[in-house]
Amino acid sequence: MRETRPTVHVSFDGVEHEAFVGESVLECARRCGVTIPSLCFLEGLTVWGGCRICVVEVAEDHRLRPACATQVAADMEIKTETPRLRAYRKSILELLFAEGNHVCAVCVSNGNCELQDMAVFCGMDHVRYDSQAPPREVDSSHPKYVFDQNRCILCTRCVRVCDEIEGAHVWDISHRGEHAEVITELNRPWGESLSCTWCGKCVAVCPTGALSYQGRAIGEMEHDPAMIKRLAVARNRGEWLDPGVMT
Amino acid sequence: MSKTVTIDPVTRIEGHAKITIGLDEAGKVDTARFSVTEFRGFEEFCKGRLVWEMPSLTARTCGICPVSHLLASAKAGDVIMGLRIPPTAVKLRRLVNLGQIIQSHALSFFHLSSPDLLLGWDADPAVRNVFGLMGAEPELARRGIRLRSFGQSVIEAIAGRKVHSPGIVPGGIANPMTAETRDWMLVGLDAAQQTAEEALELFISMLGKFEREARAFGTFPSLHLGLANDAGTWENYDGHLRFVDSEGNVVADHIDVADYREYIGEASRHDSYLKSPYFKPLVEDSDDVFKGVYRVGPLARLNVCQTMGAARADEALQAYRETVGGTANSSFFYHYARLIEILASTELARDLLNDDAILDPMVRATAGINHRRAVGTSEAPRGTLFHEYQVDASGLLENVNMIIATGQNNLAMNETVLQIAQEWIDGHDIPEPVLNRVEAGIRAFDPCLSCSTHAIGKMPMEVSLLDHEGAELDGVRRG
Repeated sequence: MRETRPTVHVSFDGVEHEAFVGESVLECARRCGVTIPSLCFLEGLTVWGGCRICVVEVAEDHRLRPACATQVAADMEIKTETPRLRAYRKSILELLFAEGNHVCAVCVSNGNCELQDMAVFCGMDHVRYDSQAPPREVDSSHPKYVFDQNRCILCTRCVRVCDEIEGAHVWDISHRGEHAEVITELNRPWGESLSCTWCGKCVAVCPTGALSYQGRAIGEMEHDPAMIKRLAVARNRGEWLDPGVMT
Repeated sequence: MSKTVTIDPVTRIEGHAKITIGLDEAGKVDTARFSVTEFRGFEEFCKGRLVWEMPSLTARTCGICPVSHLLASAKAGDVIMGLRIPPTAVKLRRLVNLGQIIQSHALSFFHLSSPDLLLGWDADPAVRNVFGLMGAEPELARRGIRLRSFGQSVIEAIAGRKVHSPGIVPGGIANPMTAETRDWMLVGLDAAQQTAEEALELFISMLGKFEREARAFGTFPSLHLGLANDAGTWENYDGHLRFVDSEGNVVADHIDVADYREYIGEASRHDSYLKSPYFKPLVEDSDDVFKGVYRVGPLARLNVCQTMGAARADEALQAYRETVGGTANSSFFYHYARLIEILASTELARDLLNDDAILDPMVRATAGINHRRAVGTSEAPRGTLFHEYQVDASGLLENVNMIIATGQNNLAMNETVLQIAQEWIDGHDIPEPVLNRVEAGIRAFDPCLSCSTHAIGKMPMEVSLLDHEGAELDGVRRG
């Protein structure tokens, strides 16, 4: 059935497209086949706008806008790929790498990591900033899963999926700024959590090796963030669909 | 006036090293020390990590023999999980270790040591390297490179990558072997065995030229340690620990690897980051650890076993024992033993590949954390390797102890350097070929010290003549 929502015209890098009123720049771009990189955004979850990888330029506005949290407007001229954007995205990635302890060669998600893929996509081949090498811990107390703080980029996908899809709200953010960290059950070891349902959605959506299954060796962890889109669509439609149908 | 000769840096032996040779007033060698001057810290920074990550983490200790660390670490992981891994996983692990022994020994002999042996200790350093070898003996150099390449390909095919392979994991092996892989390996083994036999023949034909080296390149009585099995065959993966003395008598046997601490002590010296393991029962005073000196690696393994368990290698072993007089006590014969091990590896690899069970897809067992302490061992090309882990209930490392082959040969390398220095240094003038012989004594043990040194042409070295107050009187530098 054809969509009947009102539309406006926007342009991505000079090419005109039709956008639905109310949708975000990122949603519109993906629907139209325009590539805008993103990290914390995940279809099916609320928008967080934290990572700033999806920034775009909008004509006559000196500020960069996060595409995931910016609604389309009539005649909006959007630039998704400029030297300035490339430089910002690269810097953001370098800061993410410098802030945590990301050692791809010995990571469970090596080869299956959105952060790693993003570095490749953005051409980030080295980090100009000194590594902060923060002393962070590994929580391996859960019988099925492992949480390695060293690899966390605070995208909050785990926090959102646990709250919004599973309804358990095991995860939260504690502290602020450079001390911010993801915690489980008001900072108790994950294995002692009474609210965790062991559903594994947080592990499925994690973009890095921060959340993984127990017993996985280097490069053996594969996440499945698309699973959340299937669940969210099914729930929004009030029906349960064959996961193979919704991709 | 007494003087000190310092060779610093001697590079690339799991860090940096230097050699200090003390001359007495008559210009005769009085003392010699081999010191490693760089700290790696694996035992510290692995704390807090998960046991399943340890194989890949500790493999980074070495780029030449990472498979040894992968195996020792994975075996420690097996014990932590309380697992008996599938039989095919054992076969594949044995096969990958044989591949590693082939490639690492080929590197040691063809790339690093044969320039000395074939071109001469006194040859110009500019040509005394693998490129000089290519010029003088192109076919030999080519075959040596192919042999190493074959060993690396075996590692890659079984474990996923030539260096720091991800496929050796606690519980077994990540992926089963395919029939296609088995078939090309079987084909490649023929050429590998032929190269090993030719190299052995060449080395034996040169032995007459090296009588002085055989006598003075670290010839001294010591114990020898290696993994052993009840069949008495050459062991490189499993089994128990066995110590034999310089006469070949068994000093300690059937030692469970988990009990290694009862037999092996670790001494630290103020001038070296390399630990000095020693045989505990012979050392009463920790200041006199040289009483407990023992050697590991090819020389020791051939002293520890009765047979190689492979037809052609056993013939070679018999000839070797006639040459060395039963039990080998000259470090120069490490080269000879290494070549026999390459030959045995090709034969034993063929036996494993001809067993259809090698294709069984059941290669990995899984479990949680069931034990808090584990010791994993493997026979690295350079000798017996120990990984000891202590974990908490969730599998996070609380304590790590690693005893690496180069460390266990530390005392023996000190003895060797002293002996070579005493044999060849006379007076305060030290010509370059003497430096090369000192290096070659270390190189016989094939520690990581020798990595790439010949491959880039020459090992960077500084030799300084110092008076008793440390002032430099003269110096020789190269590299």
